[in-house]
Amino acid sequence: MPHGDVCRTIDYAVKIRVNPNQTGVDTNVKHSMNPFDEIAVEEAVRLREKLKDEVKSIKVVTIGPTKASDTLRTALAMGADSGIHIEVPESAPAPEPLGVAKALKAVIDREKEKGGVDLVIMGKQAIDDDAGQTGQMLAGIRGWAQATFASKLVVDTGKSEASVTREIDGGLEEVRCKLPAVVTTDLRLNEPRYASLPNIMKAKKKPIEKISPSDLGVDLTPIFETLKVSEPPKRQGGQKVASVDELVAKLKEAGITAVS
Amino acid sequence: MLASRQFARRLATRNRRWASSHAATPALNQVTEEDLAQFSKILSPQSILSTLGSNSVASSELEPFNNDWMGKYHGDSTTVLRPHTTKEVSEIVRYCNERRIGIVPQGGNTGLVGGSVPTGRGEVVVSLRSMNNVRHFDPVSGTLVADAGCVLQSLTDYLAPHNYIMPVEFGAKGSCMIGGNCSTNAGGVRLLRYGSLHGTVLGLEVVLPDGTILDQLNTLRKDNTGYDLKQLFIGAEGTLGIITGVSILTPPAPQASSNAVLALPSFDSLLPLFQRAKRELSEILSAFEYIDRGAYELSVRHGQGRGLSPEESEGAECFVLIETSGGRREHDEEKLSNLLEGLLSEDKPLINTGVLSQDATQFASIWGLREGITEAVSKEGKAYKYDISIPLSAFKEVVDATRERLREKGLLRPDAVKEVVGYGHIGDGNLHLNVVAAKYTPEIEAALEPFVYELVGKYKGSISAEHGLGVMKAHALHYSKNEVSIEWMRRIKSLFDPNGIMNPGKVLPPPDGTHEPSPENTGTARIA
Repeated sequence: MPHGDVCRTIDYAVKIRVNPNQTGVDTNVKHSMNPFDEIAVEEAVRLREKLKDEVKSIKVVTIGPTKASDTLRTALAMGADSGIHIEVPESAPAPEPLGVAKALKAVIDREKEKGGVDLVIMGKQAIDDDAGQTGQMLAGIRGWAQATFASKLVVDTGKSEASVTREIDGGLEEVRCKLPAVVTTDLRLNEPRYASLPNIMKAKKKPIEKISPSDLGVDLTPIFETLKVSEPPKRQGGQKVASVDELVAKLKEAGITAVS
Repeated sequence: MLASRQFARRLATRNRRWASSHAATPALNQVTEEDLAQFSKILSPQSILSTLGSNSVASSELEPFNNDWMGKYHGDSTTVLRPHTTKEVSEIVRYCNERRIGIVPQGGNTGLVGGSVPTGRGEVVVSLRSMNNVRHFDPVSGTLVADAGCVLQSLTDYLAPHNYIMPVEFGAKGSCMIGGNCSTNAGGVRLLRYGSLHGTVLGLEVVLPDGTILDQLNTLRKDNTGYDLKQLFIGAEGTLGIITGVSILTPPAPQASSNAVLALPSFDSLLPLFQRAKRELSEILSAFEYIDRGAYELSVRHGQGRGLSPEESEGAECFVLIETSGGRREHDEEKLSNLLEGLLSEDKPLINTGVLSQDATQFASIWGLREGITEAVSKEGKAYKYDISIPLSAFKEVVDATRERLREKGLLRPDAVKEVVGYGHIGDGNLHLNVVAAKYTPEIEAALEPFVYELVGKYKGSISAEHGLGVMKAHALHYSKNEVSIEWMRRIKSLFDPNGIMNPGKVLPPPDGTHEPSPENTGTARIA
């Protein structure tokens, strides 16, 4: 039974600005599903389209304030069956990767009596903090196999195996692992579908279970302190020169000399 | 009634007399090396591009100024001037007027009717692209004053931190310039919401054909003090003067936008759907765009935006893009989803299905489907573009009739006309009829013109809803304007520009009333 994890981040098509206190990015902008998680949901739905009944259910999980359930609705409209919303107060700090991994582990443990989880697909990283650790931590604390940065995923339910093609420096790496496993998605795995109107309407009737971190027995209090977040240095404007001689002079001024 | 008829007759007689005197207007002069020397007293050497003189450049450097982006119109000007200030423009124009040298004002050169391309009369191209500064912005009133050469996208970017947007938006926003937008009275997808530039432009700075600077660059919303001269230059396509500065009222940026693409079982659903959308979305409806099946397929094929899945688009005769913009996301989304759910759950639904964008990326991707049609059409082949205003109910009829006409003429075949498609702004009654051909040929042109214009005339429509007349449709003006109107347009032209130097050959039909010769006959090279 595949299992997607979805988190809500700032929409990646929105230009990000660092907040005035330099403690994070400005959150007063449109939020939507983390693009890597959107890819994860798409992959789960495609697995079912391929494997039909062998995929018993697709459950999506998010951790966030009340509004985060919009993100779950989007995932449900894409084709997931049900959602779990681990709700935290609007004022709560953003959970850290270890906290999220622990919460997901607790969710997986809870699912055991309902048939268990065979596959967790999640984004390789969230685009707001870019930590890129949650999948690995979850596999570690759960003692499962992990296949990260997947650009292709093939599941063999008969052998209870997953073959994953990973994008690595200078090429591709193919790995095979036993299920249950954690797979994290890279950008090239697939292109997520639009949510169609009939599916958006159906998604409204799909169940979302709301629970709190304490229901799961996990503490999401951050253990890191963010000291400072700053923007990259502003690009200096270019300059036009009138002639080749002027260009050469400017280059020399900048300390660039010809190689003899 | 009788009096007005007599008046019209008198005008018509006078028209002929006047026309013959107009025909006797001295011909325009070509740019010489001597002229170039004069230009270099006005402009810095970097601002002059010419194939003449000691600092000559290769003619290939002038290609972007001598040709339009579609590869349909070709000029052979030797000289391009790129002034940096209004004073420089004024001095250039004064000199050209004295020397009777034709001038083609040019912005981003993204027009669709050849209005910004020289016509083989030896004109000098005055490119406004070096005049690209924002002069003033008032974040309280939203009035923006900018040089004519500011690229539309750069103004949008400039306004974004202030939470304002430009009242116009086009597919060509990355290249087109605000001066050209005003000169051509360009419409675009926001017209439904924010109205035409005749309403949003508050003032203009124009260099008149004798070099005088007409400074009407005010920022007043209301100014009822006599003739509103600036309106004459909006849509004059540079035939009355060169717009050098624009004062424009910008609307506050919507706090939330959504869009959806709907697949319609038949064209018959279109108008009831538009009525429903207007009624239920009211103030948040910001675009309602029509895309017929052919245009949709073209856009998807050329990767201009992601389409619906094959199951979703199956059986759809046409598509509609709806956009909402408003102040509160929850409110707007509720309205939009109520409308869409209502539509889907009817006994005889007006739509088959549709998709609703879930994030800014999908929002852009959905707009890409519509905005990318222009580009997709030019990737597919050579486009004959007709931009017409007709009753909404006739949108499909006109596309079908045109296709049928080409079929009758035996031209609907892969090596002649590949596609006949229609798309456009339902909200404004504006249809874009595009005929995509393997190449431009006189045969196809003869099958289309005056056929299309006569068809539009039959519906009492406009032969140019938003693209203007340029060189393409000047001769066809009479299909949309009566004799009295054309006569007064001519008088205005000769009052401002007695020597006929300003963008010659554009907008007004040739004085003898004959068909404007096609570019092949005017000495203009036309590469088919």
